[in-house]
Amino acid sequence: MTEKQAERVLMKGNEAMAEAAIQAGCRHFFGYPITPSTEIAAYMSKRMPKVGGTYLQAESEVAAINMVLGAAAAGVRVMTGSSSPGISLKSEGVSYLAGCDLPCVIINVQRGGPGLGGIQPSQADYWQATKAWGHGDFQILVYAPSTVQEMVNLMMEAFDKADEYRIPALMLVDGLLGQMMEPIAFPEKDLSTIPAKPWATNGHKHKREHNIVNSLCLKPDELEQQVIARFARYDIIKAKEAQAEEYLVDDADIVLVAFGATARTTRSAIDMAREKDIKAGMIRPITLWPFPEKVIQKAANTAQCFLSVEMSMGQMIDDIKLAINCTKPVHFYGRTGGMVPMPVDILGKIEELARGLK
Amino acid sequence: MTVVYEKPQALNDMVMHYCPGCTHGIIHKLVAEVIDEMDIEGETIGIAPVGCAVMAYEYFKCDMIESPHGRAPALATGVKRSLPENFVFTYQGDGDLAAIGAAEIVHAATRGEKITVIFVNNAIYGMTGGQMAPTTLPGQITQTSPYGRNVETEGFPIHVCEMLSTLDGTAYAERVAVNSIPNIRKAKKAIRRAFEAQKNKEGFSIVEILSTCPTNWGLSPVDALGWLEENMIPYYPLGVYKDKSAEGNQEVK
Repeated sequence: MTEKQAERVLMKGNEAMAEAAIQAGCRHFFGYPITPSTEIAAYMSKRMPKVGGTYLQAESEVAAINMVLGAAAAGVRVMTGSSSPGISLKSEGVSYLAGCDLPCVIINVQRGGPGLGGIQPSQADYWQATKAWGHGDFQILVYAPSTVQEMVNLMMEAFDKADEYRIPALMLVDGLLGQMMEPIAFPEKDLSTIPAKPWATNGHKHKREHNIVNSLCLKPDELEQQVIARFARYDIIKAKEAQAEEYLVDDADIVLVAFGATARTTRSAIDMAREKDIKAGMIRPITLWPFPEKVIQKAANTAQCFLSVEMSMGQMIDDIKLAINCTKPVHFYGRTGGMVPMPVDILGKIEELARGLK
Repeated sequence: MTVVYEKPQALNDMVMHYCPGCTHGIIHKLVAEVIDEMDIEGETIGIAPVGCAVMAYEYFKCDMIESPHGRAPALATGVKRSLPENFVFTYQGDGDLAAIGAAEIVHAATRGEKITVIFVNNAIYGMTGGQMAPTTLPGQITQTSPYGRNVETEGFPIHVCEMLSTLDGTAYAERVAVNSIPNIRKAKKAIRRAFEAQKNKEGFSIVEILSTCPTNWGLSPVDALGWLEENMIPYYPLGVYKDKSAEGNQEVK
């Protein structure tokens, strides 16, 4: 993909993801209005009719995700978008999508919770996204962009990877990224690489046996084998698809780990710390599942401690501890409920940790 | 030699799991015969429910999707919007359609989704072993209404055809029964008409089929047919509740 620098446009994160989906060949959007993700639906309702696509406002989040299931089974590129409370309602459908091995893309523009919570930015759906978005043994791809440009790039990648691995992919962003505007360029997207879907239920035309899209399997030994086969695919995804950005990690005594909008304020805090001769660096997971364990493990060889910075009470911190098998201290700084960690506050935590180092 | 009767091509040649005397088999056959007669098996996508007909995806020879409980109309919407020239039908029971999937069916109907719904109403949850359904009759004894359905506490049954026929998106709604040969013939005509409505892009079409559940009603297959006629048909009158293509809207009674 090459970015056409000449055609830079200023776009809001939510709208940029929607446009990226259309340019990635998505022609079906099923959604339900919810703050702070509604711009996605509004943009789709305007654009889809002009590109011969379908925008449909469902009667509920539950119906929307099941419409996604139907369209995915029919073999088209399809997506939905919502925000935290709506995402919880979709959990049934996501489990079925995973159990049916269907590709689709879902956006969660996270807001504060639990319950109705608030409408300001949050990252408190990390556990839900990476560990427990529905019943049964399954994982989905989780992307965590931190700029509007990266939202565009990863949106396109999410459709490709979902198709390649026959797995739902989630864009886990937050209200801050969804609402902010940045200049972006849309990469040229080659749609000829979309894989054929011989498994799709699109009418056999008497040219093949009937296809069945299904997650029911009443024989426990067979169901176990299905799940094991799916986890073998997950192992391939873990080996090939984990992504992270490293920022000043090589000589860092203190390695901060932050994703999404939080990585932006964390980067500023690190620059401020470096000016004070504190060797701080950052690992920014770009995929949250698969979690970039190897990058974190490598940093554990040189870092004296880690600091997880999150807009939650501390959820990703568990994955950092697991990645390094608790061989180094892992600290936490976070705000929740819609509060955003500010660089000066993160710097304060870095300085506190620096004082404790030899 | 003249063939006077044969199994429909649109059904796979396999043993079905339905209980003795259950009328799901008849309904499957009628749907398959209509698919054969219209020669649309290769263009049809069926959506199986959660409930007794959960394995319908094995029985129909067209492409099939197995839906979460009650969500078949939403899945069908997703398929039909992706493949507008194909035929899409759902096959749903009363708990699936009128309880957990009430929102999905109402909104698919009001949107005028060009799908066909085969709604099997046997007034009970069959697969889970005979619990009260949204269509369980007042006074009817089930596992979860052991003293008989009390409308003061359990509320009233839902008349699905009557309800959906009030929606502008519904093009065709008819209630039939499969308790006798003449009624089975009428049921097939209704299913054919519903698929034709889809073919002609008239809007949403539904055929409600009063069906028996001898196992969970605790009756012999023959007695179950009688119970349907004596108890269900008076409460759920048969007939066309809506036909947009007919002159005016034919009303029952």
